[in-house]
Amino acid sequence: MIELKQVTKTYDTGKGALKAVDGVDLSISPGEIFGIIGYSGAGKSTLIRLLNGLEKPTSGTVQINDHMITAIKGAELRKARQKVSMIFQHFNLLWSRTVKDNIAFPLEIAGVPKNKRDARVMELIELVGLTGRENAYPSQLSGGQKQRVGIARALANDPEVLLCDEATSALDPETTDAILDLLVDINKRLGLTIVLITHEMHVIRKICHRVAVMEGGRVVELGDVLSVFQAPKAEITKRFVAQVTETEDSNETIKHLRELYPTGDLVKLVFVGDQTEQPILTKLIRTNPVEVNIVQGNISHTQRGAYGTLILQLKGTHEEIANAIAFLNNENIQTEVMAND
Amino acid sequence: MIESLFPNVDWEKMWEATIETLYMTAMSTFFTFVIGLVLGIVLFLTAPRQLWANKIVNWLTGAFVNIFRSIPFIILIILLIPFTKFLIGTIRGPNAALPALIIGAAPFYARMVLIALKEIDRGVIEAARSMGATTWTIIRKVLLPESKPALISGITVTAIALVGYTAMAGIIGAGGLGTLAFLDGFQRSREDVTLMATILILVIVFAIQFIGDFVTTRSDKR
Repeated sequence: MIELKQVTKTYDTGKGALKAVDGVDLSISPGEIFGIIGYSGAGKSTLIRLLNGLEKPTSGTVQINDHMITAIKGAELRKARQKVSMIFQHFNLLWSRTVKDNIAFPLEIAGVPKNKRDARVMELIELVGLTGRENAYPSQLSGGQKQRVGIARALANDPEVLLCDEATSALDPETTDAILDLLVDINKRLGLTIVLITHEMHVIRKICHRVAVMEGGRVVELGDVLSVFQAPKAEITKRFVAQVTETEDSNETIKHLRELYPTGDLVKLVFVGDQTEQPILTKLIRTNPVEVNIVQGNISHTQRGAYGTLILQLKGTHEEIANAIAFLNNENIQTEVMAND
Repeated sequence: MIESLFPNVDWEKMWEATIETLYMTAMSTFFTFVIGLVLGIVLFLTAPRQLWANKIVNWLTGAFVNIFRSIPFIILIILLIPFTKFLIGTIRGPNAALPALIIGAAPFYARMVLIALKEIDRGVIEAARSMGATTWTIIRKVLLPESKPALISGITVTAIALVGYTAMAGIIGAGGLGTLAFLDGFQRSREDVTLMATILILVIVFAIQFIGDFVTTRSDKR
């Protein structure tokens, strides 16, 4: 259980105070994958560093399980950090150590005896899929392999919480997906709570259960990933959602589609969860005399179910089209007429 | 053949002088390494936004390093005569040269240590902190190993400079090849003695450079 109460962090920049984090309240449940998304400068890097005490808040409290992170220091804080580990965008491995020795590093810090260390390291190497590379140096590894070492290292002391600081931002899309799969696997297998920060909605969509959207140091939107995708409220959230759904319903796009499909009505359908698996279109065509033409479509899979949008061109009389829309609404599909004759 | 090229060289004395030079270089390099390392680490860790950020300590250490790095070595020896006399009991011989050699070279090496440490990615230090490492562990297991190639090439350069300093110290009676070249070679106009002393100094310098380069390359896994 992670609990942030009215956390504020102010930096003295010389030109005046900069509020990096501004009155944030958050509560993250055990075993949850919690995403924090925002553009650079939104305060998410500072926020994640408040969770393991790398940064101290100007005011407010941070509690992780039994530890009041904001109140402890010295040996007690160092001990607490062994249970709140972190992975990084640029991996931050020691280039002077082999894969094996990098993973052993946190165990050395925790004072685990040599023979136990070796056994644990081999276990971790297998867990992250790096068997055979244990004696390589980081310079001999690819980005994805380096992050696997980072993850193994973070898991060494059986943490309760894993903090991911833009962990996939330096990786190519394919490697990103492989690393995200590994994180989900770890979350399920070890029941680890994961808090990640990112600027990519794709990452949130793929692995997070809940998401907080940050802008200017504040959390402007917070909720279940699926419901945030389905009905983003803040302007910035809409932009992030558009990153992955591609059905940006700006006036520009609608005008463009209208030019391509000048007749009939353009209707946007939003599917959530189980609906995406239903043969809605088949039913629509069988029960209504309208002509249906698919203009654009997209389905995103999140940890809490699928979410999809579909833009259709419906041709027929006004009454036929109205009936078709009524049928869709009856099936619990959200509809929105984007343009009509 | 060699006897005819170097008619005035007393080989026993030459050998003794070589040993003295090696002794002064080795001892002063060792202490320069230790003291320079400590000063360099203090300079690094007390800088703003570092683990021991402390303006006063940083300023004092910086001032000490800059002052002693700026005093020409030959003047430093003379300035340190009372200190040397107090510490060693004499101002002649190889041991008497050591305080000046170390105080002259350690600040120089401290700067190189600082540069080497600054090259380390901040993220790696942050990672170690996030694992719950103490500052002492970070020094021993992150700062030193991660900057090892630069620390070794730095001490190689410093050791070579120290060979030169021992020769200079030789002029005021420290012993070694410098004394021999000056007293037996220059002042008695025996060019062959000066030449032989020079050759031996060059051999020592090349040997240090070779070993230093070898170890630097071996330790660099980047």
